Amino acid sequence: MAVPTQTKKLIDTTFGTYKFGFRTHVASAFKSPKGLNEKVVRKLSERKEEPKWMLDFRLRALEIFEQKPLPQWGADLSKIDFENLHYYIMPPEKGMKNWGDVNPEIAKAFSLLGIPQAEKKFLAATSAQFESEVVYSSLHEALSKQGVIFDSTDNALKNHPEFFKEYFGKIIPSNDNKFAALNSAVWSGGTFIYVPKGVEVALPLQAYFRMNSDNMGQFERTLIIADEGSKVHYIEGCTAPVSSANSLHAAVVEIIVKKNARVQYTTLQDWAHNIYNLVTKRAYAYENAEMFWLDCNIGSHVTMKYPAIYLMGRGARGEVQSLAFSGKNQHQDAGAKIIHAAPDTSSIINSKSISKSGGRTTYRGLLKVAKGAHNIKAKINCDALLLDSDSRSDTYPTNIIEEDDVNIAHEATVSKIGEEQMFYLRSRGLSEQEAGSMIVNGFADPIIKHLPMEYAVELNRLIEMEMTGSVG
Amino acid sequence: MNKTTLKISGLRAKIENKEILKGLNLTIKSGEIHAIMGPNGSGKSTLCNVLMNHPKYEVTGGSVTLDDQNLLEMETDERAHKGLFLAFQHPIEIPGVTFANFLRLAKNANKKEKAIGPADFHKVLKKSLGTLKMNDTFAERFVNAGLSGGERKRAEIVQMSILKPRIALLDEIDSGLDIDALRVVAKGINDIFEKEKPAILIITHYQRILNHIKPHFVHIMSDGKIIKSGTGALAHELEKHGYEKYVK
Repeated sequence: MAVPTQTKKLIDTTFGTYKFGFRTHVASAFKSPKGLNEKVVRKLSERKEEPKWMLDFRLRALEIFEQKPLPQWGADLSKIDFENLHYYIMPPEKGMKNWGDVNPEIAKAFSLLGIPQAEKKFLAATSAQFESEVVYSSLHEALSKQGVIFDSTDNALKNHPEFFKEYFGKIIPSNDNKFAALNSAVWSGGTFIYVPKGVEVALPLQAYFRMNSDNMGQFERTLIIADEGSKVHYIEGCTAPVSSANSLHAAVVEIIVKKNARVQYTTLQDWAHNIYNLVTKRAYAYENAEMFWLDCNIGSHVTMKYPAIYLMGRGARGEVQSLAFSGKNQHQDAGAKIIHAAPDTSSIINSKSISKSGGRTTYRGLLKVAKGAHNIKAKINCDALLLDSDSRSDTYPTNIIEEDDVNIAHEATVSKIGEEQMFYLRSRGLSEQEAGSMIVNGFADPIIKHLPMEYAVELNRLIEMEMTGSVG
Repeated sequence: MNKTTLKISGLRAKIENKEILKGLNLTIKSGEIHAIMGPNGSGKSTLCNVLMNHPKYEVTGGSVTLDDQNLLEMETDERAHKGLFLAFQHPIEIPGVTFANFLRLAKNANKKEKAIGPADFHKVLKKSLGTLKMNDTFAERFVNAGLSGGERKRAEIVQMSILKPRIALLDEIDSGLDIDALRVVAKGINDIFEKEKPAILIITHYQRILNHIKPHFVHIMSDGKIIKSGTGALAHELEKHGYEKYVK
């Protein structure tokens, strides 16, 4: 994201409505036939020239996926037509270290999205995934000299197999849930990051995910390992063309934050309003480590996503700040999970949701304090803002507390956009829309302020666009 | 500058089926300061809210024109663009929105003038805050959030000084102010009046603000109507005799 204004204007005038809804016309190098079976998985693994253990891992996951029923809680997933999806679409193969080497049509799409422009200005590393594969990936030379690894997960599996044996699928096993199993069976693309001991990456690393085809599934797999005392901030952005056909995005993100390390993972999700976004994200934070999820869900038809933090070592800290916006025909079922598995750990969950034009938001959270985890501090805050009486918001917090010396604060509010606030702002000359955007942006401000400035501006703009109703 | 005239004729309005305004007549022009005084429940605040088109009130009769245009057909923001301003009795909080950002967008929403950028606006705002004896840091605080009653009233006058209305309705701008704050607010209003010559309508229970701002006309309101109008001297009479002499 962080699309330059000029580019945005171009996109607005060219495509109108949902500004990332344009489609790129490019022939794929390979496309698996619709539907999912063992043959599709074998073919995919073969094309990727994977080691046998990975093929076995995929096939076991496929079995789990087929056995597990759809979740009977959360958003309505009954309309997903698994037989009508392409599970793997490979864009034309090219070099991926320079934009000049990327297929020109695909490079153009990312340029319209402002990715190379943002890369020049304020990113330490950039990757771009188109359909099922990463087509561009680049890391500042200084960082690569310090031993930082930033690559597509497919490449990393080839070049750094030692990390995969130790960590891949260990934080989120295939049998965790149906969609983690699906991802494990057909994963492709995603980002691998390793930050060596003591290395602090000052600028954010960014990955951008683009789905271009109808009826496709995108299943990127991300693995981040922050070694002792290191620091890194990773940002992901997602968009897709507007189409009538429902596509599925089911990612798995595993993060290991070692002793004294810090990871921030920021998501700006703005999928087109026909996409099912069912993502499993989990981090393990060890002694005195800090994990920070900043999760903004603006787009998609249905999102189910509950970034989790397991506080595994004494003194570890976890924080989840999340923002959800649901408009017409959208359901954001999002939240957070924090597991205090060690003493002296602390956590913060701050969730804000906005519902408009019949949109629905759900906060679903889990706070667990395990036996033996003494002296725990936890704070949970959920605020929902309803912009009209057609919209809906629900809160489902679950607390499982197995120790006594815990300090837990929980607050939840639901408010309707105030008639008096609207009247006040309009009496100063602001239109109904301007006043509404101002109130909503103000409501979201405590989350937005955690974003780097360029992204904060972008998110404010996205909210304004959603408020004008020009989307979807 | 052209004279602006707000003409209210036989105005009737209700809230939740209760009639509050019962045929009110009043004409105010730029360059004039009017004060409406009256006991609680006489409909003074209702008049302000109706003129600004508060959604809870319904106009049931009469007319209001602003320079011969039908004010009652206009949306609230349109009325603001035409130069109408209401200083609220109870200014509401807008969390997460800074005063500077809010006021600059409000200033620019009225597209008559060239839009002002954040840097230039900051200078203008700083000056205005200074006049109202408010610290610069108020610019970056959220609108009315955590402000005392007196600070909110001063912030209303800061908004008035920046938006430069042609007709300003000040709804109990003096309530909740101590004597020093009252002086500051009154000076702020007088400065704007001297510079911009708008029409000002002061709604108040008490005569004390009129020791600092000299009205050209004073009206007594009771039961949804103006029952007596006079010059500034009427306020002093009221102070002496109370409302009872006028209200039957």
